[in-house]
Amino acid sequence: MSVIFILIIASLTIAIGFLIAFLWSVKTNQYDDDYTPSVRILFDNELSATQSTNAKEKNK
Amino acid sequence: MIKEPQQKTTCYHCGENCEEETLHIAEKSFCCQGCKTVYEILNKVELCDYYTISNAPGLNQKNKVRPEKFAFLEDVQLQQKLIHFKNEKQSHVTFYLPQMHCSSCIWLLENLPKLDHAIIRSEVNFLKKEVSVVFDHTRTSLRSVADLLSSIGYEPHFSLNDLGNKTKVKYDKSRIYKIGITGFCFGNIMLLSFPEYFSLGEIEEKGLKDLFSYLILFLSLPVFFYGASEFFTSAIKSLKQRYLNIDAPIALAVLITFGRSVYEIISGNGAGYMDSMSGIVFFMLIGRFFQDKTYNTMAFTRDYTSYFPLGVTVVYSAGVEKQVPVSNIKVGDRIKIHSNEIIPADSILFYGNANIDQSFVTGESLPIEKSIGEIIYAGGKQLGGALELEVVKDVSQSYLTSLWNNDAFKKNEQKGVSYIHTVSRYFTVVLFAIAIGSAIYWQLHNPSKVWNAVTSILIVACPCALLLSATFTNGNMLRVLQGFGFFARNAGVIEQVANADSIVFDKTGTITEQTNSGITYEGAQMDEKIISYVRSLAAQSSHPLSKAIVKYLPGGAKLKVKNFIEKPGAGVMGIIEDKKVAIGSLKFFDQKAHSSDGGTRVYVQIEDRMYGSFIIQAHYREGLTQVLEDLKRRFKLSLISGDNDSEFSRLKHFFDANQYFNRSPQDKLEYIDSLQKENKKVIMIGDGLNDAGALRQSNVGIAITDNVNNFSPACDVILDGTKFAHLNDLLRYCSNNKLIINISFIVSILYNFIGLYFAAQGSLQPVIAAILMPISSISIVLLTTGLSSILAIQIKRKYACSKTQNLKTDINHMSI
Repeated sequence: MSVIFILIIASLTIAIGFLIAFLWSVKTNQYDDDYTPSVRILFDNELSATQSTNAKEKNK
Repeated sequence: MIKEPQQKTTCYHCGENCEEETLHIAEKSFCCQGCKTVYEILNKVELCDYYTISNAPGLNQKNKVRPEKFAFLEDVQLQQKLIHFKNEKQSHVTFYLPQMHCSSCIWLLENLPKLDHAIIRSEVNFLKKEVSVVFDHTRTSLRSVADLLSSIGYEPHFSLNDLGNKTKVKYDKSRIYKIGITGFCFGNIMLLSFPEYFSLGEIEEKGLKDLFSYLILFLSLPVFFYGASEFFTSAIKSLKQRYLNIDAPIALAVLITFGRSVYEIISGNGAGYMDSMSGIVFFMLIGRFFQDKTYNTMAFTRDYTSYFPLGVTVVYSAGVEKQVPVSNIKVGDRIKIHSNEIIPADSILFYGNANIDQSFVTGESLPIEKSIGEIIYAGGKQLGGALELEVVKDVSQSYLTSLWNNDAFKKNEQKGVSYIHTVSRYFTVVLFAIAIGSAIYWQLHNPSKVWNAVTSILIVACPCALLLSATFTNGNMLRVLQGFGFFARNAGVIEQVANADSIVFDKTGTITEQTNSGITYEGAQMDEKIISYVRSLAAQSSHPLSKAIVKYLPGGAKLKVKNFIEKPGAGVMGIIEDKKVAIGSLKFFDQKAHSSDGGTRVYVQIEDRMYGSFIIQAHYREGLTQVLEDLKRRFKLSLISGDNDSEFSRLKHFFDANQYFNRSPQDKLEYIDSLQKENKKVIMIGDGLNDAGALRQSNVGIAITDNVNNFSPACDVILDGTKFAHLNDLLRYCSNNKLIINISFIVSILYNFIGLYFAAQGSLQPVIAAILMPISSISIVLLTTGLSSILAIQIKRKYACSKTQNLKTDINHMSI
C-alpha cells in the first residue's frame, strides 16, 4: 500500500508537466489565431518554396 | 427592355464577366489590364497555384491604385509608429488587408518572400484580416512592401487609428491561465478525494491519510488565491461602493468553504469540501470566459480616427507635391484630393469639380456639388476628379470631430444594474435568514452543531448557480446571435435590448441600402439603338445618377460621343451618330421645375423628342415593411435623418409624425437624450459617422453595415445589413434572456434543497456536496444552452420558409 506514495507523486509530476505545457502554449500566443493554422496545414509546397528561394539566393 | 445575350467569358483572375474588353493569355481570359497584370506577376515567380486553390480568387483590378498613393510611408516618423519592431536587419510590421477572403489569399500572402526576396517571412491572421510581414529594411522599404501588396491586388488599408495607441487590445489571457490551473487542481483534488468518498475501510496508515489530506490542501491553495481572486476583488470593490453585486455572496461562500475545510484538515476532524469548492470555481470561471469571449475581429470602439486616411497629398508652391501624414496638416495647407478619397479636414475648395458624397457624415443620400470658395467638411468622399483645397481647421477640430467632444463620449459605461445582481440580493437575504434560523434552532437544541450547520448551509446554498445560469445563457445567446449577423459587444447588451421600449432609426444607409438605388423607367419604349445612345452618353459623365443609369441599362458597345457637354448638377448632352442626345433633370430642359415627388427624375431626349424618364429612388432594405410592422407593436418608432424630407409620405405609415429630417449629428444625440429624460429606454439604429453621438447616447446603439469589416462608428451591436429582415425576431430573442435564466436557476434551487436538507441538520458529508455540485452545474449548463439554442431554431425555421414568400408587399412597390 505504501507504493501509493510513489504512484501519486509520479502522476502529479506528469500532470504538472502537462499543465506547464498548456500555460506555456497560451503564453506564446499559440491560441491567438485559431483559424488560420487549420487552413495553412492544407497547403503543400511550403518546404519547397523556402528551398527554391534558398537555391535562387545561392545562384545570384 | 430587351436584354442582349450576355457573353459568357469570365475573368480568370476575378471571376467577373468580361463585359467591356477581353484580354487573353494562352486560353485564359481577363476582364481588364489590371487583372491580367496580377496574373503575369504571379506567373513570373511560379505562384500560379493561387488560382488552383480557389476558383477566381482575385478581386477586380479595374480601378488601379495610384502609384504615389503610399508615398507617405516614406516619412520616418510615420514609419516609427507603424513598425512595431526593428533591429539592424529586420523590421516587423502588420498590414490590414480587408480584401482577404479565401484560402488562396492566405496562401499567396504567406508566399510573399517569393515575390520579393527582401521579405523574410509573412504570416496571416485570417480572422483579423492582417498579415505580419518581416522584411529586411536594408534591401527594401515599408513603402515598397505596401506597393507590392497593392500590385497583387491586396491594397493595405491604413487609417489614422493605426498611429494611435500602440497597446493593441491583447485579449485577457489571465482567465485562461486561471481556468487551466483551477481545472488541474479540481481534477486532482477530486481524484485524491476518492478514498474519502468510498471509505474503503478507514485508511489505516496515518501517513497515507496525511498525504492525501495535505496534497488536497496544497492543491486548493492556487484555486483559492489565484483562481477565485476575481470574485474577491469584485466583491470588495462593490462593498466599497456600498452595494451588493453577485460576486459578494459567492466570495463569502468560497471563503467559508475554504476556511472550514482548512480547519478540518489541519485538525484532522474531517476531509473538508475542497473538491466542491474548486469545482464550483472552475465552472464559474468557464462560464465567465464563455460569456466574455469577445469577437476580437470586430471593433466596437472605433472613433473617427479609424475612418480617416493616413496620408494626404500636400501641394507646395511651384507645384511641388508631397505625401504627408494627415496629423501633420496645418491650417492653410493646400491639399490635393483624388477621386474616391476622403477629405481629412474642413477646407475650402480652390480648384476642381467637387462632387462630395457625404452620406456617411451628414446622412444626405445624394452627392453634393460644391462650388469654388465653398467650405467642404471633413469626412466626405470625393466622387469626381482631383480637387485642390485649402485647410481651414485642424483634423481634430473639424465640424465632424467636434461631435466627439460631447459629454456623451466621456460618460462611463455604467448602463444600469444587471438583473442577476438584483436577484442575488434577494437570494443573499433569504440565505442569511435560513442560516440564522438554523443557528438559533441548533443553539437551543444541540449547540455543538451550530457552527457545522451554519457553514454547511452557506456552502451548499451558494448563489453560484445563479451566476452559472446567467453566464452560460448569455454566452450561448451571444453565440447564437452572432450566427444571425447580430454581433453584440458584451452580455450586458442583451439585457439592455430586452428592456428597451423605443427605437430610433436613421434613414440613409440604415433603412435604405447604401449601394443600391432603385431605378425604374417610365415612358416610351426604347429600342436597342436608343438604349446604346443613352448608355454611351451617360458613361461619359461621372455623376452618380449617370453611373446608376449605365448600370441599369443592359450592356452594349459604347458609341462615340461628339460635342459632349456636361452641365454640373443638371445634365449632359452630346451628338451620337449625328443625332442629338441629352439626359438631365427637368431644369436642364428649361421647363418649369416641379417639386420633387419622392425621387429624382432624369429625362431622356433624343433629337428634341422626349422619350421618358428614369426615376431613381431610395431603395429600402428588403423586408423593411414587415420588420417595421412587427416592431411597431412593441416599440415606439421614430426616424431621424440628415437627409431631406422627400420620403416623408412613404414612411408615414410606420413613423406617424415622429419623422425628423435635415438634422445634424448633434440634433440626433439630443433627440435621444430627450427620449431618455422621459424615462424611455432607447435603441438607436444607424450607420454613419453622423449617428455616432446618437449611438453613444442611446441605451443600445446598433450600427448596421453591409460589410462587417468596414468602418462603423462606436456602438454596442454591429448588425449585418443583409440580416435586417430578422431584426424583430432578434430583439425578441434577447428578451428571452430573463426567462431562461429564471428557469435554470429554479431547477438548480431544487438541487440546493436536497443539499440544504442535509446541511441544516449539520450532517453534510463531503461526498454529498461533491455529487450535488457537478450535477447541478452540468444540468444548468445543459439547460441554458439547450433552451437558448431551441429558441434559436424557431427563428431559423421561420426564415427558411419566409424566403419563399412573396415580397410584393415590400415598401419599394407600395404606391404613394
